[in-house]
Amino acid sequence: MARNRIFNILIPIISVLLGLIAGAIIMLISGHNPIEGYRALWNGAFGDAFTLGETARRTTPLILTGLAVAFAFRTGLFNIGAEGQVIVGWLAAVWVGLAIDAPMYIHLPLAIAAAALAGAIWGFVPGILKAKLGVHEVIVTIMMNYIALFITNEIIRNVLTDHTTTTEAIAPTASLASEWLQGITYFSRLHYGFLIALFAAAVMWFLIQRTTIGYELKAVGFNQHASKYAGMNVSKNIILSMAIAGAFAGLAGAMEGLGTYGTISVMSGFTNLGFDGIAVALLGANTAFGVVLAAILFGVLKEGAGEMPTGAGVPTELVDIIIALIIFFVASSYIIRWALIRFKKEGK
Amino acid sequence: MRGLEYVIEMLDIRKEFPGIVANDNITIQLKKGEIHALLGENGAGKSTLMNVLFGLYQPEKGEIRVNGEKVNITNPNIANELGIGMVHQHFMLVEPFTVTQNIILGKEPKTKTGKINIKKAEKEIQELSDRYGLKVDPTAKISDISVGMQQRVEILKTLYRGAEVLIFDEPTAVLTPQEIHELIGIMRSLIKEGKSIILITHKLKEIMEVCDRCTVIRKGKGIGTVEVAETNVSELASLMVGREISFKTDKAEAQPQEVVLNISDLHVKDTRKVDIVKGLNLDVRAGEIVGIAGVDGNGQSELIEAITGLRKSESGHIKLKNKDITNKKPRKVTESGIGHIPQDRHKYGLVLDYSIGDNMVLQTYYQKPYSKQTVLNQKAISKKAKELIAEYDVRTPSEHTMARALSGGNQQKAIIGREVDRSPDLLIAAQPTRGLDVGAIEFIHRRLIEERDKGKAVLLVSFELDEIMDVSDRIAVMFDGKIVANVKPETTNEQELGLLMAGSQAEKAGGAHGEK
Ligand SMILES: Nc1ncnc2c1ncn2[C@@H]1O[C@H](COP(=O)(O)OP(=O)(O)OP(=O)(O)O)[C@@H](O)[C@H]1O
Ligand SMILES: [Mg+2]
Repeated sequence: MARNRIFNILIPIISVLLGLIAGAIIMLISGHNPIEGYRALWNGAFGDAFTLGETARRTTPLILTGLAVAFAFRTGLFNIGAEGQVIVGWLAAVWVGLAIDAPMYIHLPLAIAAAALAGAIWGFVPGILKAKLGVHEVIVTIMMNYIALFITNEIIRNVLTDHTTTTEAIAPTASLASEWLQGITYFSRLHYGFLIALFAAAVMWFLIQRTTIGYELKAVGFNQHASKYAGMNVSKNIILSMAIAGAFAGLAGAMEGLGTYGTISVMSGFTNLGFDGIAVALLGANTAFGVVLAAILFGVLKEGAGEMPTGAGVPTELVDIIIALIIFFVASSYIIRWALIRFKKEGK
Repeated sequence: MRGLEYVIEMLDIRKEFPGIVANDNITIQLKKGEIHALLGENGAGKSTLMNVLFGLYQPEKGEIRVNGEKVNITNPNIANELGIGMVHQHFMLVEPFTVTQNIILGKEPKTKTGKINIKKAEKEIQELSDRYGLKVDPTAKISDISVGMQQRVEILKTLYRGAEVLIFDEPTAVLTPQEIHELIGIMRSLIKEGKSIILITHKLKEIMEVCDRCTVIRKGKGIGTVEVAETNVSELASLMVGREISFKTDKAEAQPQEVVLNISDLHVKDTRKVDIVKGLNLDVRAGEIVGIAGVDGNGQSELIEAITGLRKSESGHIKLKNKDITNKKPRKVTESGIGHIPQDRHKYGLVLDYSIGDNMVLQTYYQKPYSKQTVLNQKAISKKAKELIAEYDVRTPSEHTMARALSGGNQQKAIIGREVDRSPDLLIAAQPTRGLDVGAIEFIHRRLIEERDKGKAVLLVSFELDEIMDVSDRIAVMFDGKIVANVKPETTNEQELGLLMAGSQAEKAGGAHGEK
């Protein structure tokens, strides 16, 4: 038990280090200086108040999509649909932000709730199909991603705008933007959503670990027969789990729509926030705290990558490769685990 | 000299788990051509010791010799190469595969072009099966064959890999009496062909019947090895538990009161949508234990599932204390006063990946004091779990241990503790003592009788006629989806029960109705 806990912390750390080392080797082979490359990455992420703010801003939706995947996974479900849930959440938030005229204390919560609800509905559909008809949620969530993307684009073109590609800015009463946070980060786009994401992580932890709801959800994920025997409603719990997961991802959409951009634009492809959420959840071992740390790492890598071409002449694609390598090492944690056990034995 | 006499020697084996020493310097020596019993209480460390021999666990200390030579078994493949095969307590078969596919898995015979030569394998398996009287159809699918047959597939798997030494971990716990009889025959023919066997079982009668020698372990320590011919059941029992065990359960005459469970004209379909409970009538009264005797597959499981709300009833009525509970949800059924010790503890009884503490509140987690306004009260859960662990002698390092890490018998004790502790008006106990040691069986039987004496109704389903005869106040014989006879244990015997269970006399005994 104790050993497992230590391993759960050690393995992601070792994976990250291995990923960085492998990235350095690739930089060397492709004729770049890895030290300069990583220095540029560091500066790009932590160089000054502005980049720090942008790093935190980038981390915000990743925390939420990470939670969306992790939450479902803890209850035995694979939510590959965080991507679509983000998109509908974003749309719903901006829509409410544009369409309603109300004081901030009503307007902002309403827009955020709309995003969560839209995401929840996008999770509910695969949930109910799984619970009632036994259709695997992976297939349905993937399809829901496409449905979200195309419907959203249609609504932006034909409903929210007059055949243009970007909506107007939302009313200031629905905005998460914070003069104070912008002020201390030299006018980065950091917004109050960062606090919402941290709060959401706390909510997930509490829900999973401390409530009867989490107790039921996990039980159903582990053993449906025993859950039924214990009097739990298996279908209800599967649906609930997917809806809650969807709500987390929907909130990630609100972060973009109400915080970072204040608008929504026709998308030529996925935002990737949802897909990155899968990696964040995996790296964070599907725990709330782990997800926050992993999302920060991803935020740092992605934000810092922007500096690598100008600072060290390293293409940004390389950062994607490093991220992919880190995921690879986490996914093959079995090998690391095995090596650790060997190492411990020989150390004795 | 020693080296020639023994095929397997495990000397001073020590194996630790976090917080527990499962094997504390145990020695066991297996002679060629013998059936050697390994006996010990639940959690004594039998499965662990055999898993060490099979290469699943590495011992901290000790030496293993095969045919006198020291070996280092670091994984099951090495065990296979050394001619050691194991039939596990819980089968390890791929359900959608055929018998042949399962047996050759990992050791597939190839044709010249590199394809799997299924025909050749089938022929080989048929030959093996005939040679040892295993009666296995190589082309059948695992999901379609009985538990007994699945077990024979496991045996074939080891033989196909050239096993000379076979380890059986509680093979008879999941079998019906008829299947046990067949298994014993199989073991005898294996010995005749020169194999050697280590048999783990809690049934002392089986040891007396087929084993040559018996090694006893108690709480992880080796107590010694005895010649079976020179001992008897009660000596074995006291060796293993460390005290005298009474096999006859003493109990006072039952004082049946009002009817608690009333079932009338119940019809239930099985998973394949075929009628399996066909117009069943049964009453169970407060203050009595009714035992359901019957051959497996006559509708017992479906009956229980129907009562507890796990399976739909097609027609008829189930009443608990005069309230209709037919087709009510399991939660409603539990709340109206039914406790259920399920037949399949891994499937229904436990969430194996939950701690033993969390498992203790599986039906009550949403009630006070275990939670308030949906917030769990970990302290209250731990407290209850600690109480039950102590009271029911569940051997576990703590209440935080995963249920999966407990030995089979201790998992069972945890379930029984949880169900009996709620003191339900009707306690349904399906195979409650499956996989338990004699000491634990005695204890569980006493608890059932205590519940009865408190004025609760108990419905016991068991394939063990001994248990039915011992514990029940009334025996309801189930055949072909109906109760075909009600008899008193004092006025019947195993022969008569056997006949009734086989359906003969069904018409004559006729009293399909409970005592209305
Ligand atoms: N994987 C494991 N991790 C931790 N503890 C374990 C593990 N496997 C077994 N144990 C502990 O080791 C002890 C011996 O267990 P084992 O399964 O060998 O008992 P057993 O003699 O086979 O009992 P039973 O008759 O109930 O099957 C038990 O206390 C059990 O809780
Ligand atoms: Mg065992």
